Amino acid sequence: MDLSFTAEERAFRDELREFFHSAIPDRIRRKLREGLHHSKDDQIETQRILNARGIAVPNWPVEWGGQPWSPVQMYMWQDEMQQACVPFPLAFNCSMVGPVIAEFATQEQKAHFLPRAANLDDWWCQGFSEPGAGSDLASLRTVAVRDGDHYVVNGQKTWTTLGQYADWIFVLVRTDPAAKKQEGISFILVDMKTPGITVRPIQTIDGGHEVNEVWFDNVRVPVGNLVGRENKGWDYAKFLLGNERTGIARVGMSKARIRRIRELAALERIGEGRLIDEPKFREKLAAVEIDLKALEMTQMRVVAQERSLPRGMPNPMSSVLKIKGSELQQATTELMMDVIGPYVAPFFTEDELEGRNEPQIGPDDAATAAPMYFNWRKVSIYGGSNEIQRNILAKAVLGF
Amino acid sequence: MDFDLSDDQRLIRDSVERLIADRYGFEQRKGLMRQAEGFSREMWAQMAELGLLGVAFDEAQGGFGGGPVETMLIAEAFGRGLVVEPYFATVVLGAGLIRRAGSAEQQAELLPKVASGELLLAFAHHERHARHDLAHVATVARETDGAWEITGEKSLVLHGDTADRIIVSARVEGETTDQSGIGLFLVDAVGLNRRGYATQDGQRAAEIAFDGTRAALLTTDGFPAIAATIDAAIAFVCAEAVGAMDEMHKITVDYMKTRKQFGRAIGEFQVLQHRAVDMLVHLEQARSMALYATMMAEEPDPVERSRAVSSAKVAVGRAGRAVGQEAVQMHGGIAMTMEYKVGHYFKRMTMIEKLFGDTEHHLEKVARAGGAL
Repeated sequence: MDLSFTAEERAFRDELREFFHSAIPDRIRRKLREGLHHSKDDQIETQRILNARGIAVPNWPVEWGGQPWSPVQMYMWQDEMQQACVPFPLAFNCSMVGPVIAEFATQEQKAHFLPRAANLDDWWCQGFSEPGAGSDLASLRTVAVRDGDHYVVNGQKTWTTLGQYADWIFVLVRTDPAAKKQEGISFILVDMKTPGITVRPIQTIDGGHEVNEVWFDNVRVPVGNLVGRENKGWDYAKFLLGNERTGIARVGMSKARIRRIRELAALERIGEGRLIDEPKFREKLAAVEIDLKALEMTQMRVVAQERSLPRGMPNPMSSVLKIKGSELQQATTELMMDVIGPYVAPFFTEDELEGRNEPQIGPDDAATAAPMYFNWRKVSIYGGSNEIQRNILAKAVLGF
Repeated sequence: MDFDLSDDQRLIRDSVERLIADRYGFEQRKGLMRQAEGFSREMWAQMAELGLLGVAFDEAQGGFGGGPVETMLIAEAFGRGLVVEPYFATVVLGAGLIRRAGSAEQQAELLPKVASGELLLAFAHHERHARHDLAHVATVARETDGAWEITGEKSLVLHGDTADRIIVSARVEGETTDQSGIGLFLVDAVGLNRRGYATQDGQRAAEIAFDGTRAALLTTDGFPAIAATIDAAIAFVCAEAVGAMDEMHKITVDYMKTRKQFGRAIGEFQVLQHRAVDMLVHLEQARSMALYATMMAEEPDPVERSRAVSSAKVAVGRAGRAVGQEAVQMHGGIAMTMEYKVGHYFKRMTMIEKLFGDTEHHLEKVARAGGAL
């Protein structure tokens, strides 16, 4: 039993850290550090730098640009990127549709889509959730009816993150209305430029535009865009959702947030002293840090278990990481609210923040603290809500 | 980085787990506790025979050459069994202090006797108004003609009523809460004025008064050894707590699958399932921190060692309270009875939370040291 990393692992980590700090422009990393959203161009620029280095999609099969890394190296890649405030390679491309295509699609589909997804030549979005299908995803009602060489798709998807930028969408559709819930679903790839697709923005409580509704009105999709076999889409969706086993804890990101909180709390005056020295505040902060340290160790244990699990097999312990990781991400946003205090009040839209020339109101990060707090309530809802994670653990680990 | 055990460590784990499974069932434990001293000498001898008492000592001292990981494996199994023999007092605290503060001769004389089970030790350190301050020592030691005498009152001395020798902290110079000037001494227990009693969790403790009591010096600068030993002791109880919580959680989940109300197993109710999952999350986080404390227990930098150990104590303290209270609640009335096992785990967890600094104390300590990361 040994907690330390080998010399090779440490060297690997140092090299990545150096690369993330030197190769990714500071103006992009600064945005993440200060809680601002990065732009579409920031995302594309970052991912292409990573891809040129061969580290945009290390989780993919090596023949499609993946890396033969150990679970420890994979963890270090994620953690260092998060700690350096580097925008993560677009999850829809790299963690979601990419691995599904690499595992289940035809050679022709792989050759066409994978290199473009890795380089973010195509921006993908996810067409899973529907107004009536949230945690109960399999109750989805968007239909695809075969008509010659095409599927005709009708229905509505929602919570489509960054759909406003997307070139392609991967969609779960019902292809056999007679089959039992999970059995009549297929996984298809749809060009967002196809006639009949409408994207409508949803404004969220933080004031931002991150998610959308996507409407399909007689959208004709070539049958060649089916992934794998018809009516087997649920298996691919489960594969996709179970793929992300350890990164979900976002320990590195929470560490970066806490570093920022400490910086700002050291500048904030309270009476004669500094907020960071105020016993109640620093104990609250320490309590979150202790939980985060524990989560980091739990994540290490899961990473270590990865070595003995077959690839693609879900580890129910990742649900512990999801629950605790999301709670701690949210806890950091609350701490930041505590630091900013009354200056969380002024409200500016993202567009106003981007283009502003006037001095900011209140301390650094004042404008982003409340939006982030409101926005990050999502992290315990998406990717299988924390209640769904509890269901998974109750069944898979406790045997209920 | 790996969490795998070596072959030797696996052997130790298997043998201690077998001992607990075969000899430390709940009813068997009641029998052991009915012995006059509150524990079983025969069980103690068996632990010696299995090599558990000297597991962390050098081979020259009758030991096994193990370290914190071996000790952790024993602690976790003892937590499952709610072991009442004075392992913690004798091996972790007593021998721990001798190893850190004793001379080579003292170690050579005493440690083999601990390993063989002949010698029981206790650490008399806590005083009435010390609360969680490890440097609070009002008991004094005076040297006349090369002989030391101790005067003062020590409290809550774990297994102090049965120990053969007591290690006593006493001030050789300075003010009551100074870290410097705290000596460590060895006192023969024969003839001591000690008042033994049971503790809430079925262990034993004693109040001991010293009045010009003759003592042998271990060191006149004992604080670093005390702090290091207490940190190791906290790592031990964290692992013990994980064993206890794990068992308590298992019993609760099993009970939920068999206990029927409203015509079905209560484990079919989602509200209870989710609470059992929350217990699991607490347990896994505590397990992670117990591992962390173990791996940092012999870290030479006392600041980093303490940061890790105190963080673990906070995580384990919180988890223990949550898991313990929920285990009782989800069982219902049965867990309120002395004849059911869960209440005893709950009591042990509750005492661990108060031992060597409670959750608030360690949280404050971590906060003051600049955080846990």
